[in-house]
Amino acid sequence: MDGVLQPLRAYEHWLAQYKRVWRGTIGTSLVNPVLYVTALGVGLGTIVDQTQNPPGGVPYLDYVAPGLLAAAAMQTATIESSWPVMAAIKWSRVYHAMIATPLTERDAFLGHQLFVITRVFTSAAAYLAIITAFGAVDSWWAIFVVPAAVLIGTAFSMPMAALAAAIEEDRTFVTIFRFLIVPMFLFSGTFFPVTQLPLAFELIAYLTPIWHGVELCRMLTLGTLELWPALGHAAYLLAWTVVGFELARRSYRRRLLG
Amino acid sequence: MIHARGLVKRFGELVAVDGIDLDVRRGEAFGFLGPNGAGKSSTMRMIGCVSPVTDGTLRILGQDPASHGAQIRARLGVVPQQDTLDFELTVRENVLIYGRYFGLSRRELKPRIDELLDFVQLTERAGDKVEPLSGGMKRRLTIARSLVNDPDLLLLDEPTTGLDPQARHVVWDRLFRLKQQGKTFVVTTHYMDEAEQLCDRLVVMDHGSIVAEGSPWNLIQRYATREVVEVRFEDERPQNGVFERAAERIEELPDRVLLYTQDGDATAAAIADRGLPPHSTLIRRSTLEDVFLHLTGRTLVD
Repeated sequence: MDGVLQPLRAYEHWLAQYKRVWRGTIGTSLVNPVLYVTALGVGLGTIVDQTQNPPGGVPYLDYVAPGLLAAAAMQTATIESSWPVMAAIKWSRVYHAMIATPLTERDAFLGHQLFVITRVFTSAAAYLAIITAFGAVDSWWAIFVVPAAVLIGTAFSMPMAALAAAIEEDRTFVTIFRFLIVPMFLFSGTFFPVTQLPLAFELIAYLTPIWHGVELCRMLTLGTLELWPALGHAAYLLAWTVVGFELARRSYRRRLLG
Repeated sequence: MIHARGLVKRFGELVAVDGIDLDVRRGEAFGFLGPNGAGKSSTMRMIGCVSPVTDGTLRILGQDPASHGAQIRARLGVVPQQDTLDFELTVRENVLIYGRYFGLSRRELKPRIDELLDFVQLTERAGDKVEPLSGGMKRRLTIARSLVNDPDLLLLDEPTTGLDPQARHVVWDRLFRLKQQGKTFVVTTHYMDEAEQLCDRLVVMDHGSIVAEGSPWNLIQRYATREVVEVRFEDERPQNGVFERAAERIEELPDRVLLYTQDGDATAAAIADRGLPPHSTLIRRSTLEDVFLHLTGRTLVD
């Protein structure tokens, strides 16, 4: 029972803190989606739709919207598991407060991840509502992009938390965003099919969790769901989640229990 | 409350705690005294069940930290060396959330928090954020927080380091009240006055080992004399022979000479008779600081 209740107690901390700062996050969760969907889906889409051969054979708005949603899940999850994790270890030292009580380092980790999932879940739900309002959703299956976004989130947040608990300098985060997250955002099937890339980059794209996430979300909103590919994408994201979870558990243990 | 035999903590090659024996009894105020890097904090972290024991036996409240860490921590109150307060939250929320970590319900916490904030004189700041509070207030909040589970054993790691004298005295006053209420606590410090004020019994640690143990008074008797004469000279210092047999122990420092003696007045008079009159003479009682410096040396650590 404690295995479930204790992470929830750590989770309460993050909720209490979020209650003080949530207004600031509304910008990224609501305004950004509207801006992106307007600029790319509607603006750029008008031009793309005039071509002979639009990607996916659907209006560009419908093509790009699930990609944006998936990429947003990736970004929210990665950011929430980077600086906040390091802060809880080094600056505010909140984790140290937690593990001085009956909570363990595992509870501190799980409670924080539960909060990251909450953030990804609510942002994805808001994103879904927005793209639906834009008319970019073609199927009831789209409901499942919210859990799919959560899976994308964990595939990124778990390994990121593992890293954040292992490193000393927060400069590393900037490097990761610049050289990993931004390229993944741009070149992993979010805006155009990866088949457009030179072969080597195309193959790299298939290895990124975000490509699988984008494909999965796109199948769901377009209603082009195929069972085995969808399961394959989900399984790949799950694999990153599980491996990340295990690595994070270890790096939390090493870092907090010296 | 605490029982340790041959307790060892190693970090790779580094031996932080090198086989110490300890027994802390119920109702006792126990101190760890030592320079930085002596192994005080490593010992405290093992007692706090957040750092696994490398070797030896450790029992806290009769239980083994390796197998019952969470159960032990449920009965501890910890005031860590560095604050772990949540700056984004209010004073009250900090205690509330911390109480929730112990599984206490919001209903039972409400009156408890009022009581604790009153105890540490922070009632008026209950609704304020933590960030702008002074160092002393943050320390008191940390103490209030550590009491939220009504702990059987309180662990205070350098509770007043970095505070101004007024703030230190307020903290000491609160800790003294806890002591009067019969709380058992363990304090680490490198302030001698803190140890003298708060501790019934203490150990002096150096290089991971315990070099002395006893009550503050007991240690002064054992490792120092009753009084100390501090003499300073203007320019030239008298030749060695001058101090001979004037005191039980003589320590020559760059700026002054310390004479450890049972009778300060007699020693001072003897010195004055023997030649160069000192620029100034101070006769004082021995303190724990004399004991500490005698045992751990004057060389600067770190």
